[in-house]
Amino acid sequence: MSSVKDWAAPNPVTENRSGIIGKGVDRYEGKLKVTGTAAYAYEVEPPSPPAYGYLLPATIARGRITAIDTAAAEASPGVQIVWTHLNVPKQARRGERANPRSQRASNPALAGDRVEFFGQPVAFVAADTWENARAATHLIQVDYAVEPAVLDFRASLASAEMPHGEEDVRIGDFDGAYAKAPVQIDETYFSPIQNHVQMEPCATTAWWDGDKVTVHTSIQMVKGGQHALAETLAIPSDRVHLLTRYIGGGFGGKGQSYDDLTLAALGAQALGRPVKVAYTRQQMFQATIHRPAVSMRVRLGAEPDGRLNAFAVEAVTHCARNAPFVEHAANFSRNLYAAPNRLTGHRLVKMDIPAAGPMRAPGEASGMLSLECAMDELAEKLGIDPIELRLRNEPDVDPETGKPFSIRQLVQCLNTGAQRFGWERRNPRPGQVRDGRWLVGMGMACAIRGNFLLPAKAGVRIDADGTVTLRQGMTDIGTGTYTILAQITAETMGVTMEQVKIELGDSDFPPAPGSGGQFGAATAGSAAFEANMNLRKALAELAIGDPNSPLYGGDPTYVTFGNGNIAIENRSESLGALVARAAPEGVYVEGSITPAADARDYSQHTYGAHFAEVGVDTVTGEVRMRKMFGVFAAGRILNAKTARSQVTGGMIWGVGTALTEGNVVDPRYGSFINQDMAGYLVPTHADIVDLDAIFLAEADDKANPMGIKGVGELGICGAGAAVANAIYNACGVRLRDYPMTPDKVLEGLMAKGL
Amino acid sequence: MKTTITVNGQARALDLDPRTSLLDALREHLNLKGSKKGCDHGQCGACTVLVNGERINACLSLAVMHDGHEVTTIEGIGGEANLHPMQQAFLEQDAFQCGYCTPGQICSAVGMLKEAADNWPSQATEDLGAAIALTDAEIRERMSGNICRCSAYPQIIAAIRDVAGEVA
Repeated sequence: MSSVKDWAAPNPVTENRSGIIGKGVDRYEGKLKVTGTAAYAYEVEPPSPPAYGYLLPATIARGRITAIDTAAAEASPGVQIVWTHLNVPKQARRGERANPRSQRASNPALAGDRVEFFGQPVAFVAADTWENARAATHLIQVDYAVEPAVLDFRASLASAEMPHGEEDVRIGDFDGAYAKAPVQIDETYFSPIQNHVQMEPCATTAWWDGDKVTVHTSIQMVKGGQHALAETLAIPSDRVHLLTRYIGGGFGGKGQSYDDLTLAALGAQALGRPVKVAYTRQQMFQATIHRPAVSMRVRLGAEPDGRLNAFAVEAVTHCARNAPFVEHAANFSRNLYAAPNRLTGHRLVKMDIPAAGPMRAPGEASGMLSLECAMDELAEKLGIDPIELRLRNEPDVDPETGKPFSIRQLVQCLNTGAQRFGWERRNPRPGQVRDGRWLVGMGMACAIRGNFLLPAKAGVRIDADGTVTLRQGMTDIGTGTYTILAQITAETMGVTMEQVKIELGDSDFPPAPGSGGQFGAATAGSAAFEANMNLRKALAELAIGDPNSPLYGGDPTYVTFGNGNIAIENRSESLGALVARAAPEGVYVEGSITPAADARDYSQHTYGAHFAEVGVDTVTGEVRMRKMFGVFAAGRILNAKTARSQVTGGMIWGVGTALTEGNVVDPRYGSFINQDMAGYLVPTHADIVDLDAIFLAEADDKANPMGIKGVGELGICGAGAAVANAIYNACGVRLRDYPMTPDKVLEGLMAKGL
Repeated sequence: MKTTITVNGQARALDLDPRTSLLDALREHLNLKGSKKGCDHGQCGACTVLVNGERINACLSLAVMHDGHEVTTIEGIGGEANLHPMQQAFLEQDAFQCGYCTPGQICSAVGMLKEAADNWPSQATEDLGAAIALTDAEIRERMSGNICRCSAYPQIIAAIRDVAGEVA
């Protein structure tokens, strides 16, 4: 196993001789996306005209199907398949894993008469047209025996239990220190269920060729999807060819496959023709995973100078009865502020709603909404500026583990941001700044998000025309993977971006873990880098061993790559000429990355600081963004343009979190009340004014060979809390119940007589 | 039901189930898959196309209602070899991430600029008697029917600004 020390040596990416690394180049696949020619899963051209599938969702939260009448659907025009749990083709039992190396277990569709959540698919229709499939689906009559269901999270907090295999983390004596603390904060914050609302609903196009199935599906993890389908169909995974070239947003919600994948594959097999299946927008809300609600109690015990002595962050959250998942909303706080006496932990309520799961920055995104407001409340109580309070609690080493930080520029983020945003304009007394009927205020919050490196592989070939093609079972969900892999490849091989081809999203390619946990760029990128380094080595050997090469007999340690050439000092030839002559069939090599054995000897995170300015309408209680600015430190930045888009996108998710986003479970039926984009309000153009972000210069040589870290999730972490703190500074109404909709703000304003 | 629609300048004769939306006619019958289905309920704007020069949500309209109409989709706005200035600006400003809302955003932006040039007011218009000044607030208001969950909103406004020029 490697060591982080191996990563400290200079390499082509860190030396960046052509200057491609960090440059804000246009997206590799950008022209396809702006012309509408990038084919998403439902749009791929199958080998013959497809049949169209449609799913029928359950209308109860928990119970049993007692009868299904499919006669009318079967007699409906164009119908080719009507499946229920009574006649769906045999699949492996849920959770079975015939191949122990499979990353996912079987996940059968229409598996039985049990209903576990409102919206669970209970029947499937395929027809010659989508219109016929939809019409027939709605002719199916289902009778249920309804059973009692747990549907109200806030009413069930008392039943919360310790998650399996977990325990609280206690350091020092929290209870004793808190009791003695001269200044105390003890508040509970609530963040609701949120939905990913990817623009592209889940979709699959499937067809069979003999005993092998090809599926184009919208998923973040190539191997996960391939293995889940193979286990479900009880076939070896090499008989599932999964492709996912373009993905219309994932955000964690497409980290797993859903019934569209299984039923498209089964349907195509049964009909002997391609089948396409997509979820409707309503099914996306009702039948895919969501971010669970969190009720978070925060207790802070401080000295009068602001130093924290006691610190407790305790989360209660929920998951589906049969799909264990813990939203680790307290974990981030273990690495953020110094305090000798600490308590953090989680409790879980089991509910009868769809499975909870990861959504952009699981843990931090909801967790930071509480502590970063509690710190604001403490700052006010102490009469200390909220930035100064953070500075006084900045740890020298990781506050829980005592490990050194790989690099930590949180203080620099705070100071740079305060200056760039104009924090000195803020009046610390709330409710003092008026603009007509608006009260105006500013707030800030910190951002922290872990950095991860997972094992990955990549393959790269060079052809006789000098084209370098990188292939990886990786995905680009809008994050910029295609582009940064092209930059890494071009810089490492010393060729132009135009000479590089990137091919992703194919289960036949060397595997990478996919997109998630903001590990994508570091993980896939490092494997790509290693593959390119191996290609350099192979080409150097090729040239030195070829009597017809000007490099013949040279010393391989002096070989350089640049301007499309391979050279030793002034002896050089083009890569294309070398390959065309010495290896006309091309040269292909692979490379891989694994986490360093000692990487976890360091506390390694990405950091940032958010600054927000809002106006609060004193008549309606409406909150409008006026300005938002973020400063982030996340290792070496590979592409200034796409990285900035990632963090500003995350910040806007924070605005939605603070002001509009949240779902509510109907206590009668277990359905989500907000089941479309008119009910679940994500930010739109009109909501976002004057929002920008910058990155601090950084390289984290403990992270990976390139010193890069993730940026996809950092931007949302803490962003909503900055907005909430700005609302308080604007009008003096302290809300602890997200989202901060006009009804809640107005109630607060009226209580203050404003 | 027989319908003829002029799509991107070409008359296309169709024989459609009358329940077929304009969006599905484009995607499933004319192989023009650039217009996207994000919600099928007129809430997200990913299916925005121009009909007789004006933007509509293609999912909220039945194809047979458009007999004799001229429809412009993203494929008709510009291709890889001849990008429309709006497509070029989206590319340069990084005004998209996953790309799924992008064709709708671009069609919407092109239609929106014409509406403003034709002096159609919006909720952000302060003086209904004066010529429209295309402020950022005007652009944001007029583009709010096009949701981008990746949240490239600042970059989209910058791209539209590149094409529209600065406010006089």
